[in-house]
Amino acid sequence: MTKNTIKMEALLLVSTAFVAGCGKKEVDTLPPAAEGTDYGQTPTADPNANGAGQITPGSQEDFLQQLGQYGDRILFETDRFNIDAEDQATLQRQAQWLAQYPNTRITVEGHADERGTRDYNLALGERRANSAKNFLVSIGVDASRIQTVSYGKERPSALGSDEQAWAQNRRAVTVTVR
Amino acid sequence: MSLIAFNRKLASFLLLFLGTQAAMAQTLPPATDEPELVEFDTAKTRSIAVPALVAPSPVDTPAGNSAALGRQIAEVISANLRASGVFETQGPNGLRVIGLPEVTAPQFGYWKARPVEQLVQGFVRVGGDGNLTVGCYLYDVGFGSETTRLGFNVPPRDWRRAAHKCADAIYSRLTGELPFFDSRIAYIAESGPKNKRIKRLAIMDSDGANHRFITNGQSTALTPRFSPNYKSILYLSYVDGNPRIYVYDIDAGRQRLITQSKSPTFAPRWSPDGQTILYSMAVSGNTDVYKISASGNGTPVKLTSSPGIDVGGSFSPDGRQIVFESDRSGSQQIYVMNADGSNQRRISFGGGRYATPEWSPRADLIAFTRIAGDFRVGTMRPDGSGERLLTNSWQDEAPTWAPNGRVIQFFRTAKGSGKTSIWQVDLAGSNERRLPTPIDGSDPAWGPVLP
Repeated sequence: MTKNTIKMEALLLVSTAFVAGCGKKEVDTLPPAAEGTDYGQTPTADPNANGAGQITPGSQEDFLQQLGQYGDRILFETDRFNIDAEDQATLQRQAQWLAQYPNTRITVEGHADERGTRDYNLALGERRANSAKNFLVSIGVDASRIQTVSYGKERPSALGSDEQAWAQNRRAVTVTVR
Repeated sequence: MSLIAFNRKLASFLLLFLGTQAAMAQTLPPATDEPELVEFDTAKTRSIAVPALVAPSPVDTPAGNSAALGRQIAEVISANLRASGVFETQGPNGLRVIGLPEVTAPQFGYWKARPVEQLVQGFVRVGGDGNLTVGCYLYDVGFGSETTRLGFNVPPRDWRRAAHKCADAIYSRLTGELPFFDSRIAYIAESGPKNKRIKRLAIMDSDGANHRFITNGQSTALTPRFSPNYKSILYLSYVDGNPRIYVYDIDAGRQRLITQSKSPTFAPRWSPDGQTILYSMAVSGNTDVYKISASGNGTPVKLTSSPGIDVGGSFSPDGRQIVFESDRSGSQQIYVMNADGSNQRRISFGGGRYATPEWSPRADLIAFTRIAGDFRVGTMRPDGSGERLLTNSWQDEAPTWAPNGRVIQFFRTAKGSGKTSIWQVDLAGSNERRLPTPIDGSDPAWGPVLP
């Protein structure tokens, strides 16, 4: 399953590269995650891991490994907060993982790109986080397991000031709560 | 008596010389109803000389020798007047040192020959109680006559306020506008990389002096607003992990939530009388505008209910109306409503998106951020007419008004680096200049003129 997921992600990247310019997620290549983000994208750094190379089932590391590097997030168009088919697929995979670990709780972080005013972006981040939450609930994840938080434009993932970076920053990211 | 610290220390500004000039406030013309996009005609820029204030028998004070203070006060007066954009200043550097008798008997012939139109002279004395007495005289060089004179009694550490009060009096006297230099700014001091910005609540004088950090940066702080009496600051903090508005008591160094709610609250504003707090709250993802008593005991009143994002807001100076932003039409636009939420109507129709509306303390204009490609700061009348853009950069955002409604500060974000800085500009879009801050700065909020 892990292999399949990674393949799917790779396929997705290739296909989006072809339609760049018209599609919603016009990201050619996703850069590495921003340094210092606490999404736990460095599994080996987890002190709770059961020895070298072992990942604790149900942990953030496990979540990321099973969903693929960007399976933790969905992206949005400027000022939008709707969940499209691609987002649904991503959230479905998150829900499947969550079904395996019913005691794991999550926070959905809503973000906006830097090309919006601060307060509006906080409101927009709230919308995006709640969109993701509502979809997860609609496909069976218990609402009590999901918290939301908006960071507005305060925590960009991609650091550039261009369409590609902004497309990556308009996002809702699911993070497991330990 | 519970003035805030920096206020209490100088609660007694004294008008020493009454004579022909009654209290300063009485000499000021009232704000007109016809603000009509007044421009400071640069051709009318007035040249003004500010030689160092005289310190008869100089003595040391906790703030330095009084002779040095005389020069520093002249420097602040000069810098204030220059920054207003209305004056071309000379001195104190490059001007000859004057003697005490000259303070009240200027050598008009000498100054006329420089040439200069206006002259500011003064003195600094240290009294038996250790306080400074600062005398400040304005002369019209062409007429060879005194225009006004003022005196201030301050503890040495507050010498800058005497300078600001003197500059305010000169500015008001010569422009007919209300004063604004003796006021303070709350803002967010920023440092660190773009994806991990450290954002601290900080305060400073309107010219950037007397800077002080209030929070240590461990949790992100955003969007501060001084209360009208400068006793407290509303701001957003992630201190508990979620965005929430707190009211921070400056004297006590304590803060409390403005409302107990599980929902995020943001975009805080005071009503002009300081009795009411306007804020935005997202419930299940939908953001609306609310108000609540500043006392901490009231119940929130929901003012908007559109399914779109209704956010921000700023009271009119009479407290009867609120300007806010909403994307109920499909994109961010500016709306005005009555303070009870009734009669909501859109006023921005210029194309592009409009955000961060801020009502001028003079009531005549609303400042905003316009997003059409780049972010620019502009003004319009409360009915939406007379739109004027004042800045032109990649990302200028979040205007805040000087207490006299004649100057606007905002913050500018640099493309790429995300570095921020605080700027000010006048209503003609001229005299744009950057405020000195120790580190990057954003979200400026200008308070009223100090008493």
